[in-house]
Amino acid sequence: VSRIVVGHLFPDYLNIYADRGNIAVFARRAAWRRHELEVRPLGLGDEIRPGEHDLYYIGGGQDREQALIAPALEAFGEPLRAAIDGGAALLAVCGGYQLLGRFYRDRSGDELPGAGLFPLHTVAGERRMIGDVLLECELDPGLRRTLAGFENHAGRTFLDEGAKPLGRVLAGFGNDGESGYEGCRAGRALGTYLHGPLLPRNPWLADWLLAQAIAHRTGKPPTFEPLPDEFEAAAHDVSAARAYARGGRY
Amino acid sequence: VPLSAEVLFARAAGRLSRLAGTGGGTTVPGKLLWKLDPGAVDRLAARLPQGSALISATNGKTTTSAMVARILSPSLRLAHNRAGANLVSGVASALLSASGAELGLFEVDEAALPEVARRLRPRALCLGNLFRDQLDRYGELELVAERWRAAVVDLPVDAQLVVNGDDPQVGDLNATRPRIVFGVDDPRHSSEELPHAADSKWCVRCGTPYAYAAVYIGHLGDYRCPACGHTRPPLDLSAREIQLNGLESVSFSLETPEGARRVELAVPGLYNVYNALAAASLARALGFRLDEVVAGLEGFSAAFGRFERIALGDRTLLVLLIKNPAGANEVVRTLVAAGAPKLLLVALNDELADGRDVSWIWDVDFEPLLGGLERLVATGERAAELALRFKYAGLPSESIDVVPELDAALDHGLELTAAGSELVALATYTAMLALRDLVARRGFVRPYWEEAAA
Repeated sequence: VSRIVVGHLFPDYLNIYADRGNIAVFARRAAWRRHELEVRPLGLGDEIRPGEHDLYYIGGGQDREQALIAPALEAFGEPLRAAIDGGAALLAVCGGYQLLGRFYRDRSGDELPGAGLFPLHTVAGERRMIGDVLLECELDPGLRRTLAGFENHAGRTFLDEGAKPLGRVLAGFGNDGESGYEGCRAGRALGTYLHGPLLPRNPWLADWLLAQAIAHRTGKPPTFEPLPDEFEAAAHDVSAARAYARGGRY
Repeated sequence: VPLSAEVLFARAAGRLSRLAGTGGGTTVPGKLLWKLDPGAVDRLAARLPQGSALISATNGKTTTSAMVARILSPSLRLAHNRAGANLVSGVASALLSASGAELGLFEVDEAALPEVARRLRPRALCLGNLFRDQLDRYGELELVAERWRAAVVDLPVDAQLVVNGDDPQVGDLNATRPRIVFGVDDPRHSSEELPHAADSKWCVRCGTPYAYAAVYIGHLGDYRCPACGHTRPPLDLSAREIQLNGLESVSFSLETPEGARRVELAVPGLYNVYNALAAASLARALGFRLDEVVAGLEGFSAAFGRFERIALGDRTLLVLLIKNPAGANEVVRTLVAAGAPKLLLVALNDELADGRDVSWIWDVDFEPLLGGLERLVATGERAAELALRFKYAGLPSESIDVVPELDAALDHGLELTAAGSELVALATYTAMLALRDLVARRGFVRPYWEEAAA
């Protein structure tokens, strides 16, 4: 039995797409494996001490709320990077994903600096990319799995040369609607536009992140017994079918 | 083509749609007229001798306008989109079907408000609240607020503006123009804290978190910014001494410049107090007296599909509409206050009118229901997602039945309901329509277009 500490970045500001659903999945699935899990909010005026948290989560907000916390998040960039280099994992969704890139350029050409954790930048686009999405990921070599979710973003995200996406788009828009890729993976840090929320209908990803967090805490990766995930599988399949039927395309 | 010919043609199309059995035909004539000649809507509205009054809000539009209709209808013949078709085409249809109407009373979709207001040139506009709702369709709250600000600026100079002062975004709309401001003044009914999905909790002027003396629904309450001092505006109409009576009713003291009156509503919950306040304020703006307002409010039963009890043989079905976190939270709160049900049917669809993005169910505080809940029947197109919402809230999987087909789910729910008891069903918009349609086909309730025409 080990205690996992989750650092939830700006939960009061970044919660627009049901981000607490992702947190609930972490908490329940850890408990079903008899691990204790504690969620500590990280807000304005707080400090990140690398090593304290095993897993970080950051969600999305409205433009106004994102602008209110952007400077504080930029200042978190360095300790966050140190924490992840030290073995902690991270999941960033939607606005949080954008804000952890190098910068966000808005419609008027102004650049909002990001935390620089992900090798990418985002440019505001004319058309919002809204719809169901299905990705194929290969986080562990040779093991291909899908992620089903919903995207709603005007920003077009461009990965730097050599940066790794989270997955290949099977249906939907993805990062920029053209590249055929979605999200970004920088080691144990994952960023994506997919909400829904993401984890309830894709429990394998929750387990992957929890495994990283436990490995960070205990020094050795756990072996998880499978859980009965029938509802999860059914919800994934409906979402995946929606992506094929009405996911976005340019 | 002259307007009268267009009108005849569009009306005939509506009758054909009903005869063909393809639906209520409530928006067919309007859509057709809209295609033939968009300007016809403006001209039809301009014919109304008493002009038009518009109502918009994220939550409560249909109920508020039904309450206003109840107050106004003894004195005026209305053109009213009572079945909730609230885009330009729905307004056009209501105008077409109400020949001889004296006043237009229209609920208007939040996003459609600027265009409807521009075309109808209303004499009064009532704005109730702004909550996060169907982000895939409406976009962020701030975008809707921006559209509303523009619509209010463009109102005719003599138009009356009615706003909910308890909502910081709405209460701040055109604060320089003469307005009627309503709100709740009963801190005994304050929540202890802002709910999870509270939206406008940062000062609209400076971005500092508001300090609340009382929180009533979502971010609605008595707020004050500790940094810049922006505060809830003074209330012209308010509700005090609110008495909640479970799922049955609610009563309150309606405080107006004309005096105070006790009002007994035949619908439950704090959210209906807000709807009644909005209706009373709009009726006052239209020149109606306090006596007429109180009589209308007390004669009101329920708006279409919002809170409907349907007798199904020896059982009853109670249908409650849920469509976004703030509204669903109030439905949950009202259910819990009345004694949380042991059995619940919840129907989640993801059509355009429901919102294709179902993530909002994770922002609803369903948790208070879990104390007494023994069985959930999850249904609708996204039944499995709903099952996950309750599973991760802590309801054991064994207590959840996933039955995506609505008719099978209804049968299953009724089987589990003892004779003489009530099955409580929460449903998203298209699921509510489908559920109603289902019981109508079984002969228990009239189709909504017949009611709309009644």
